Amino acid sequence: MPMTITEKILAAHAGKKRVSPGEIINARIDLALGNDITAPVAIREFEKIGVEDVFDRDRVALVPDHFTPNKDIKSAEQVAVLREFAKKHGLPNYFEVGRMGIEHCLLPEQGLVGPGDLIIGADSHTCTYGALGAFSTGVGSTDLAAAMALGEIWLKVPESIKFVFEGELQPWVGGKDLILYLIGDIGVDGARYQAMEFAGPAIEKLSMDGRFTMCNMAIEAGGKNGIVAPDDKTRAYVEGRCRRPYQFYQSDPDAGYKEVRRYDASLIEPQVAFPHLPENSRPLSEVGNVEIQQVVIGSCTNGRMEDLRQAASVIKGKKVHKNVRLIIFPGTQEIYLQALREGLFEILVEAGAAVSTPTCGPCLGGHMGILAGGERCVSTTNRNFVGRMGHTESEVYLSNPAVAAASAVLGRIAGPTEVL
Amino acid sequence: MKLKGKVWKFGADVDTDAIIPARYLNTSDPDELAKHCMEDADPGFPVKVRPGDIIVAGKNFGCGSSREHAPIAIKAAGVSCVIAGTFARIFYRNAFNIGLPIFESPEATAEVSEGDELSVDADTGVIENLTTGKKYTATPVPPFMQQIIAAGGLINYVKEKVN
Repeated sequence: MPMTITEKILAAHAGKKRVSPGEIINARIDLALGNDITAPVAIREFEKIGVEDVFDRDRVALVPDHFTPNKDIKSAEQVAVLREFAKKHGLPNYFEVGRMGIEHCLLPEQGLVGPGDLIIGADSHTCTYGALGAFSTGVGSTDLAAAMALGEIWLKVPESIKFVFEGELQPWVGGKDLILYLIGDIGVDGARYQAMEFAGPAIEKLSMDGRFTMCNMAIEAGGKNGIVAPDDKTRAYVEGRCRRPYQFYQSDPDAGYKEVRRYDASLIEPQVAFPHLPENSRPLSEVGNVEIQQVVIGSCTNGRMEDLRQAASVIKGKKVHKNVRLIIFPGTQEIYLQALREGLFEILVEAGAAVSTPTCGPCLGGHMGILAGGERCVSTTNRNFVGRMGHTESEVYLSNPAVAAASAVLGRIAGPTEVL
Repeated sequence: MKLKGKVWKFGADVDTDAIIPARYLNTSDPDELAKHCMEDADPGFPVKVRPGDIIVAGKNFGCGSSREHAPIAIKAAGVSCVIAGTFARIFYRNAFNIGLPIFESPEATAEVSEGDELSVDADTGVIENLTTGKKYTATPVPPFMQQIIAAGGLINYVKEKVN
């Protein structure tokens, strides 16, 4: 019986020849992830179970990235819970400030997740690793606790929707624009409980960074996971990096999909999602005059090398508008160092940007760039809910890094062609 | 088990940032979280809500982040259950895992008004609007999840499994 890539990975981890949508399975996990917000609750629940140890100390990753470097005493105490747990159980994959990164940039970079894996994380953007051809989904803290004890999780096999992007991408259009366009098309619950499989010539041409961005935002359409079939680009990314053996799965040509949706990527402009839902995306040409006070470039969505290179290429030799604060959040220490070596930070700092250490910080209204009432921010992050970045009367507009950089220069939402 | 209370009505796509804003996530103490429950959707909610009250909302309730603090805050605020058109996937799992009763009923969601008195039979999923006299039946809970409820939540279910 033909299966999709998602079904094949789930079947392999459930020890079955095949699985069908709707079926409940117990699946073996390759990695479980928690952060400084979700892991303290998971650790509390884990300790109630009464097992001595985690199922495999190499397969539990703890990344304190949300309120770090610790923004206050309570946050510091939450991180201390992770640190002590990691020490007690001898977990090698606990990442301290200065050696860490935003979890969904960090784990692929460190080779802790790979093609064919089944990964769960107590963070909704865990779906990011689907870009490697893995099944990866977000869960809550109690599910993480159970997974840390058992090394397995119960899952309902999702139906799959295939999103096929035909044609050539326009200049300055990338993974962020494709996913915002798609969410605008199907809505924030358009793929609720479903596997979102991204395919077609435009996806094949997309860089790994662009694929990470797309899969990262599958949750913003309600998806259980986002996934891209692994190819030579995936191989080039994981070779010499992935610490465990990995396996490439592909959907069978006659696999069953709930729906196949086709898009002509050549017609898609850079997208901007208006407040207060990611589904409120509009083509850049229809944005109008929207003045802004802050721009955030970075996050688990767009904090990778390609994103920083794009932002720097737009901003090079220009100045950040006098009414705007531009804040840059590289995804990991490695990205930070690479950007430094390439001179990207020199370009950005000379333009008047503030460059931060990796942190989730402002994306969730945590710290390092909170908005006041009435302020507007263009952000390369993933959510623009009411109060997401601060005051409930502030507004977040989601875009790709090139649009964000151009907007920082002009003080209003603008495309890169306006400044170049 | 019968749940009874007054309705607080919310719209579609209530996200977890509205249920418990991230600025309060530097703690996981249920009582602290309850003080800010639903604050960004209705700033007065934490003060107005009474034990047993019921949240009724539109489609896709609990979308966004995986924070289990969202159902924890609702439960600690004294809310007896949430009825919504549909629930976002992670919130749905989390609510079962921490023992917050939730019910899917697009019909009840469409017809119930703020301030109505509801009675909900948690075992059968029958929702009765005591104000209007109308009855609704929630979408049945999948059998596997009933096992988790019967065990007294996921942690107890896992305890049984490992011992």
